[in-house]
Amino acid sequence: MDTIAEIPKEEFVLKCTSACAGCSDALTLRYVLKAAGQDTVLVVPACCTSVIQGIYPNTAFNVPVYNIAFGAAAACASGMSNAFRATGKKTNVIVYAGDGGTLDIGIQAMSGAFERGTDFLYICYDNEAYGNTGMQRSGGTPMGARTTTTPAGKTDAKKDIDAIIAAHSPPYMATACAAYPQDLFKKVQKALTFRGPSFIHVLAPCPPGWRFSTEKSVEMGKLAVKSGMWVLYEREYGKLSINPQSKAAIKKPIPLEDYLAPQGRFKGIDAKTLELLRQHLAKNIKKLSAEAAES
Amino acid sequence: MSPVQQRLAMSRPTQGAAGKTGTWRVFKPVVDKEKCNQCGLCEMYCPDNAIDADLIVDLAFCKGCGICANECPKKAIDMIREEK
Ligand SMILES: Cc1ncc(C[n+]2csc(CCOP(=O)(O)OP(=O)(O)O)c2C)c(N)n1
Ligand code: SF4
Ligand code: SF4
Ligand code: SF4
Ligand SMILES: [Mg+2]
Repeated sequence: MDTIAEIPKEEFVLKCTSACAGCSDALTLRYVLKAAGQDTVLVVPACCTSVIQGIYPNTAFNVPVYNIAFGAAAACASGMSNAFRATGKKTNVIVYAGDGGTLDIGIQAMSGAFERGTDFLYICYDNEAYGNTGMQRSGGTPMGARTTTTPAGKTDAKKDIDAIIAAHSPPYMATACAAYPQDLFKKVQKALTFRGPSFIHVLAPCPPGWRFSTEKSVEMGKLAVKSGMWVLYEREYGKLSINPQSKAAIKKPIPLEDYLAPQGRFKGIDAKTLELLRQHLAKNIKKLSAEAAES
Repeated sequence: MSPVQQRLAMSRPTQGAAGKTGTWRVFKPVVDKEKCNQCGLCEMYCPDNAIDADLIVDLAFCKGCGICANECPKKAIDMIREEK
């Protein structure tokens, strides 16, 4: 069992951001920076994280942040990392981007950086929509979820960005969730020990976007994992290991409805879409379990 | 910081960069010390780092999200409506 004691007390997200109450983005970043430490530069494309930093000339983030245009984050990080390494510096270069910035708009720069073997960590915190512009659908929005641009529920499935990243064969990639800060902390620490590109995809339940009340952010993340909608794993040099929490969930999942019902975005989901969502979940688990068994 | 650096148009790390977010609060967390077993989970899950290592809530910044109360295994935190 992980203990809280292992996690440094030092905070790099100062009190406090302008994030909505109960924001998983803010919670995720607390632990990302605790794991990365002071010698870190964040590269942030347009997303909630660009907005929540505070008001100029002040910022809540106690590490250097490079705020950059949507499609350019990973390209910027590539140049930065090369410059640091050329001058003998070990500074961690971390892209911290939303799902819109990763799955949709920043995907080509990201693919390029992974293909070139850039020494950096790319973290996608996934609130499953374009949050800071008012919750439009993204490639990360799950089927059935209502957003401002899919008022009747999204008819397409969530894009499998992890499979796309895996096709680049990075030394290390993982999934995490804001509701499991110790696991997230360990994965960020581990990712930063690899030379080359690493990727962490963090599920970040968003109270206003998913339409649940603010106190349920952590609960919602746990329900995502317990229902199997979100599977926690890591893949090291192609070898997949599923987290114990997710192994338990795969063996004995809670009903999917327990995860969907508290979220307003799934309100009134029809039986056919629910069934498709269920099939999607089952297919994903089958695929990951088979890969883990082979690894 | 050199004079040149000081002139650069960049933000500097400051507590309260987004103002005193405690003013947002509608409900405030109140800890029952008798029930609390000092497990630290409330501090761990607070997205805004508004609970310190001694488990004291900083009401200048706590946004009143209620995650601490929801996650407390001892049900030691009550969310009490602010009187304004
Ligand atoms: C090229 C470009 N298109 C659109 C925008 C407007 N915009 C800024 S942030 C954002 C949404 C970002 O969504 P995501 O990456 O998921 O991050 P989140 O806001 O959810 O944290 C959009 C559409 C922009 N800044 N640049
Ligand atoms: S919209 Fe969601 S992700 Fe963005 S700041 Fe608010 S809670 Fe956080
Ligand atoms: S979570 Fe509850 S029991 Fe644990 S330290 Fe906080 S108030 Fe005390
Ligand atoms: S109510 Fe929310 S912001 Fe306030 S101390 Fe609890 S978890 Fe932190
Ligand atoms: Mg998003």
